[in-house]
Amino acid sequence: MNQFSYVRPASQQAAIDAITRDSSARFIAGGTNLLDLMKNGVLAPEKLVDINRLPLKNITLNNNILHIGALTLNSEVAAHPLVKTHHPLLSQVLLAGASQQLRNMATTGGNMMQRTRCSYFYDITMPCNKRTPGSGCSAIGGINRMHAIFGASDQCIAVHPSDMCIALVALDATVLVAGPKGNRRIPFGEFHRLPGNTPDKDNNLGKGELITGIEIPHSPFTQNVYYLKVRDRASYAFALVSVAAALDISNNTIRGARLAMGGVAHKPWRLHEAEKTLIGKSPTADNFRIAATVATQSARTYQHNAFKVPMAQNSIVTALQKAAAV
Amino acid sequence: MKKQTVGQSMDRVDGRLKVTGGARYFADHQPEGMLYAALVCSPVSSGRITAIDATKALRAPGVADVVSHLNAPPVPGYKVENPNPKQGLKIFHDDRIYSNGQPVAIVVANTLERAVYAASLVKVTYAQEVHQTDMAHSMDQAFQNKNMKDYLRGEADAWKKAPVSVEAEYNIPIEVHNPMELAGIIAHWETPDKLTLYAKTQGVKSVQQSLKTLFQLPESQITVHSQFVGGAFGMALRIWPMEIATILAAKKIRKPVKLVITRKDMFTLVGYRPAAKQRIGIGATAEGKLTGITHEAVANTSPYEDFTEAIVNMSRMMYACPNVNTHYQLVPLNLSTPVWMRGPGEATGAFALESAIDELAHKLHMDPLQLRLVNHADIDPERNLPYSSKYLKEAYEMGAAKIGWQQRSQTPGKLEENGWLVGYGMSSGVFGAGRGRATASATLKADGSLVVRSAAADIGPGTATAMVQIAADATGIDVKKIKFLLGESEYPEAPRQGGSSTVSTVGSAVNDVCRNLQQKLGELATANIPAFKDLKAENIQHEDGQLVAGNTRLDYAALLQQQQLPELVVTTTSQAGDERKQYAMYSFSVHFAKVQVHPATGVVRIKHIVSVADSGTVVNSKTARSQMIGGVVGGIGMALTEEALIDHRFGRYVNNNYADYHVPVNADTPPTDVLFINKKDPVINPMGAKGMGEIALIGFAAAVSNAVFNATGKRVRDLPITPDKLI
Ligand SMILES: Cc1cc2nc3c(=O)[nH]c(=O)nc-3n(C[C@H](O)[C@H](O)[C@H](O)COP(=O)(O)OP(=O)(O)OC[C@H]3O[C@@H](n4cnc5c(N)ncnc54)[C@H](O)[C@@H]3O)c2cc1C
Ligand code: SF4
Repeated sequence: MNQFSYVRPASQQAAIDAITRDSSARFIAGGTNLLDLMKNGVLAPEKLVDINRLPLKNITLNNNILHIGALTLNSEVAAHPLVKTHHPLLSQVLLAGASQQLRNMATTGGNMMQRTRCSYFYDITMPCNKRTPGSGCSAIGGINRMHAIFGASDQCIAVHPSDMCIALVALDATVLVAGPKGNRRIPFGEFHRLPGNTPDKDNNLGKGELITGIEIPHSPFTQNVYYLKVRDRASYAFALVSVAAALDISNNTIRGARLAMGGVAHKPWRLHEAEKTLIGKSPTADNFRIAATVATQSARTYQHNAFKVPMAQNSIVTALQKAAAV
Repeated sequence: MKKQTVGQSMDRVDGRLKVTGGARYFADHQPEGMLYAALVCSPVSSGRITAIDATKALRAPGVADVVSHLNAPPVPGYKVENPNPKQGLKIFHDDRIYSNGQPVAIVVANTLERAVYAASLVKVTYAQEVHQTDMAHSMDQAFQNKNMKDYLRGEADAWKKAPVSVEAEYNIPIEVHNPMELAGIIAHWETPDKLTLYAKTQGVKSVQQSLKTLFQLPESQITVHSQFVGGAFGMALRIWPMEIATILAAKKIRKPVKLVITRKDMFTLVGYRPAAKQRIGIGATAEGKLTGITHEAVANTSPYEDFTEAIVNMSRMMYACPNVNTHYQLVPLNLSTPVWMRGPGEATGAFALESAIDELAHKLHMDPLQLRLVNHADIDPERNLPYSSKYLKEAYEMGAAKIGWQQRSQTPGKLEENGWLVGYGMSSGVFGAGRGRATASATLKADGSLVVRSAAADIGPGTATAMVQIAADATGIDVKKIKFLLGESEYPEAPRQGGSSTVSTVGSAVNDVCRNLQQKLGELATANIPAFKDLKAENIQHEDGQLVAGNTRLDYAALLQQQQLPELVVTTTSQAGDERKQYAMYSFSVHFAKVQVHPATGVVRIKHIVSVADSGTVVNSKTARSQMIGGVVGGIGMALTEEALIDHRFGRYVNNNYADYHVPVNADTPPTDVLFINKKDPVINPMGAKGMGEIALIGFAAAVSNAVFNATGKRVRDLPITPDKLI
């Protein structure tokens, strides 16, 4: 770890200024990802800008829009009555992530910004395009059991590891950002990126920009929701694949459907086409199976992760069945 | 008379210290002037160091020195005249790199942070050579050394002629012990030829012996302290190169130096369970009588040491089978040397044998429990000896009743609960019940308290507690007045804590020294106390810490006080006799598992576990239960989650942390019933206690994989059974 300076600004503007001035500076929130990256030598910021004093820790409902401040802890969001009532899916995905200890530190903003868990990214002795652009992708031709089946490039096949983001993309959340050029709103589905030729860029947040919070619009998905996370151990493991399913069912007909997957792509993977196949249909296993087939049409696999395609299909069906049964 | 304490569920004597932070582990010590070390490890898996540039590191704040093969003090015990590579890794001796992660330098500074930072500044250049870490690609390198004799009973490969037979290959990956406490050492040269160490070890005496040879010092000049160990599972059974590196740094710098390695380095510096590829051929008559077993194994070792263990041995002696042959080979890979990991080789072998038995039972349309009963060995088939004790049949029966074995369907895939497939599986385990040689001293104080000492270790099973109980029963002194002290090299000699033999070996010494103490007290009484004058010391009754002669009762404490003796010290060495040649001594375990498998996602959940131990007298039912549960958790890891992954292109581990290397968590651990036969072994030792640490794990993984087969009809022969293998 390098020597670095540490500042703890009291205002949002000061925080943004502090970052903008210094090209290697980073915000630090819970620190649960950033510190590991620093200890492993993946990142060596010369300045840490601690944002924990900023007034971004809140959960409010206004005009049926739920606002969650960027510093609200994962554990607070998971347990909050407004979240459990209006967006139970969000509570479920959070509880499926990490461990209670980590959730007690991890923030909403930090969770969105967490880096991939690709082992090669964390070990500076092995090539990785995401860490060192142009050095090569060790996962291709290496150990890639955990890696992407959708939207990867020949530069990077990493997956985004967050559970929280799977619900947020399914619920059409909006990311609220403040930056040197003022505030802006980014639809959640456009926040994270596919690797393409710039795998070093995980998302579309600009230099100096601070996530201040997220908004989730009113949704009918308060009942029939389910998050299925398939993993190598029962808790405290990242997803092999995960599925967030939300259904709006009346008179045995699906009026609305949301499907998103984790563990399969460089960004939270929304399954719009599969959702469409469900609208107007009855919630049957056969219809769910059709959605699952559509969902995985564009899959492309590598040496160790071909199992993810049938696992993804089965998980979609299972998650939809569970959601429908609630 | 006082109630017997052996067999009771007594709280750990050091439990309070452990949960209040009062227990001092090696890293908690802080000799005056101590410095901190960090390792520089090779990212290259084979080759030579061509240069080490430590200029920047030496200029970094607080750095005392950077020690490597270029400047380390010599180790007089390294055999250098004969450069046979098979002599263990001679750390800092030359420029050779044998494996990724091998330490090439140690940086010492006045804070840990500074040492770690400076270590990142050391620039090492290498001449890289071709490495191989993939066993599958090195099978042509397989060899046997002279300790690895083939075994043959009856006819070789007789299974091939059997009416019903199974042949299958089983693979286990490298597993890493990963105890919670990180490895390391504090080395302090108090004078140029007097070394004091605070170590994490399973044997202070064995550390002392290794260093005696390496540094050519008399035993009296080496002191090793290791009173508390935060788990080891075998990884602290020997001294490791990084510990020598720290000792060398401390010697050069002339200050105490502490090294605590990182979690990542726990994969490369302190051993692991080697990867093994096993093939079993097993045949039986149509009635299920075994006619032949062939068990072949290949496991990996390092380029510089042959690590062997008892992988194929269970096949020789578990079942009554006239024809058995075994064959065991090693493959050297560019990895560090493996070391025993709980259950050691027997656990590896049991996975193969106990899976094959299940496969055979399936082919025979026979209940696997029945198949095991049909082939039960009434005498040890390998050595033709009677067992000192064996209650395996009872163990099968108890376990089957507890898990509800009768609910099992002989046809796989027939049971379901809430959309999950349900299966039942079982296995057995066996491990030699050892007894070595140990010495203990007993110091009776004039206040009536007793201190027993032996250089044993306690890596978690509750050794001191068990020893206090044994001493309490032997002397009649109340447990509260007894202390058992361990983990100091100056104490009387005891072997390493390994191979499930501490209670048997050290417990016997404790028992015997207490008996000798009573004899001494008797002699004191007959010589000096009128009421005892006419008795012989050996005829005096002892009860509740008192000598008894007719109506006269004399407290031990009172006797010492009357004789104006501040204390009475007795030392006794105890070891097994000829009985070990007359009897086969084994502990047995039986594991039953009920699993659920999710057919859509391949997720396995263990719903219920029953483990039964035939381990003789249970000294402490509470710590024994914990010991068995620990074995079960290790077994769940072996069966379902643990696998150290290497990218063979780099020869480097890619999941070397607790997040990616999956040790089971609470949520993986189902309700576990631990049952004990708890019948005294009449031969093995005065307590009648056989070992338990290893059998807790041996066989367990097979019970789970057999249950998974019963649930799904899918046989997974490559551990761990992760969801992808069932989808
Ligand atoms: C062992 C382990 C297991 C885990 N398992 C899971 C799991 O199963 N599922 C899961 O979803 N996650 C898991 N996590 C990841 C965890 O959720 C993230 O580490 C956490 O959410 C990050 O939040 P933080 O506040 O600690 O971020 P920090 O570490 O403080 O920051 C992470 C990054 O975000 C940036 N950042 C933080 N806040 C802002 C902001 N407001 N605006 C702009 N940038 C910001 C920082 O600069 C930094 O680059 C696991 C982590 C660990 C260590
Ligand atoms: S998948 Fe991406 S993160 Fe992983 S090694 Fe390749 S480039 Fe790096």
